[in-house]
Amino acid sequence: MDFTTAKDLVTGGILDSFDIVSLISEINEEFDVTIGAAELTPENFASAETIYALIKAKLDDED
Amino acid sequence: MQNNVLDYLNESLNRVPTKIAYADDEVQLTFSDVKNIMDSVGTGLINKGCKREPVIVFMKKSPNTIATFFGVINAGCYYVPIDSEMPATRINLILDNCKPRVIICDDSTVEIAKGFDYKADIVLFSDIVNTKPDYEALSLVRKKAIDTDPIYIVFTSGSTGVPKGVCACHRSVIDYIEQLSETLGFNEDTIFGNQTPLYFDACLKELYPTLKFGATTYLIPHSYFMFPVKLVEYINEHNINTVCWVVSALTMISAFATFDTVKPTTLRTIAFGSEVFPIKQFRLWREACPEAKFFNLYGPTEGTGMCCYYPVTREFADDEVIPVGFPFKNTEILLLKDDNTLAEDGEQGEICIRGTSVTLGYYNNPEKTSEAYVQNPLNTAYPEIIYRTGDMGHINEYGELIFHSRKDFQIKHMGHRIELGEIEANVNLVPEIKLSGCIYAKEQGKIVLYYVGDITEGDLIKALKTKLPRYMLPNKVNRLEEMPFTANGKIDRVTLSKMYNK
Repeated sequence: MDFTTAKDLVTGGILDSFDIVSLISEINEEFDVTIGAAELTPENFASAETIYALIKAKLDDED
Repeated sequence: MQNNVLDYLNESLNRVPTKIAYADDEVQLTFSDVKNIMDSVGTGLINKGCKREPVIVFMKKSPNTIATFFGVINAGCYYVPIDSEMPATRINLILDNCKPRVIICDDSTVEIAKGFDYKADIVLFSDIVNTKPDYEALSLVRKKAIDTDPIYIVFTSGSTGVPKGVCACHRSVIDYIEQLSETLGFNEDTIFGNQTPLYFDACLKELYPTLKFGATTYLIPHSYFMFPVKLVEYINEHNINTVCWVVSALTMISAFATFDTVKPTTLRTIAFGSEVFPIKQFRLWREACPEAKFFNLYGPTEGTGMCCYYPVTREFADDEVIPVGFPFKNTEILLLKDDNTLAEDGEQGEICIRGTSVTLGYYNNPEKTSEAYVQNPLNTAYPEIIYRTGDMGHINEYGELIFHSRKDFQIKHMGHRIELGEIEANVNLVPEIKLSGCIYAKEQGKIVLYYVGDITEGDLIKALKTKLPRYMLPNKVNRLEEMPFTANGKIDRVTLSKMYNK
């Protein structure tokens, strides 16, 4: 299992609801961005790449 | 008098045989489907010679699994649900405790079951469901039914590292379903959206009232609980009007401001429990669902599901706690002080349960049973067992029960009941570990583990994944050079908590 390349974090059952909730609070602490319900989609959390893209988009928004 | 939970099905079967009883995204079962599966599985087990014994149901969450539970009861046996999410070590402990002869699997679990150290007769659901029902044999079993015979064993966290199997009978489940249904107002139009797993007693709230009223239960796929907008849309699409969820499933929706995008329009009864509902989040829910009634439920597995309820009607300040409320009819709460006398109003005492709702005890575990299921100290005249919850509480000025804290190191995390001692016991089984201490950071909702030993944090977590269920894995792991101790030589959890909060 390689988290950097896996594309099925959600559909593969690798992330579960506990993980998502703690992941979001970690992201919030680390990058100071707030992820809202609308962004909380299976697509945004499918892989490390999509999560990165989401955080980046949020950071860019705030600039 | 009804003495078997399966009698609930009779009326619904006559009235609405073709109505959907249980459904998920893959399988839909009508009441007559449930009856057919239950009779085939029941006959299959009788044919194997099963009689008043535990039968393991190792299937993924599905309407078929529920019908299989009823099949086990139909054979006069009791079901023991296990799940592929449980790590192998834990499953082996459960099998050692129950010593089952039969394990019912589905295609998703059969290979795992073949790898268990414990050897039993592994039966596929897809095979046993094709058994030709032997109605004569089934009715003979039903005729001999006793309402104090067990119907299930569910396993809960044990502080020594060995899970405890809480064993409940027909009578306590019937009592619970009657009181709960009356209090929450379930009826034939009730459409449940189930959130809780089938391997705990929490799902009793949906499973049996559905049979009793000819209602419908949707098993909401687990993945929806990660994506609140999709979850609320699912509720609306399926016209779900009743949910009995753990608090964290509800706050997950409100905390992400889901209601700005979509509101649940069909919900009329919202029951929650297992944890304290933060008032701020609760208000968001009440604003989003002004027509719904809200109930706080409280109760340990040992008291069969829930034993207290509180309809949330008055306003609460941000720092107030929603009361646990009042015991269900036919249940009494005794608040016992250290000297086993009753606490006066306002005084703290241990919450003890008296009544039919008290379960039979921990399966094959007389020691642990005798610690918590005890003779009522207020009654010396005849045998009467009460259950000591280990929860401390008091009665407030409105006569409502308020939960305070635990006497021991049991915690509630994401709706799960966990003994910190069980986590530590499993950490200490890792060969490199010298010492470990676990705390719960309540505000952050995190299980924090401190340890001394020659292993990296990452490797320790990897090792723990084979021993502990996912929800029990520490959220933060910190390696220490030295463990702080109290004057008595115990691991100093107060210092550990301070270290974490720094």
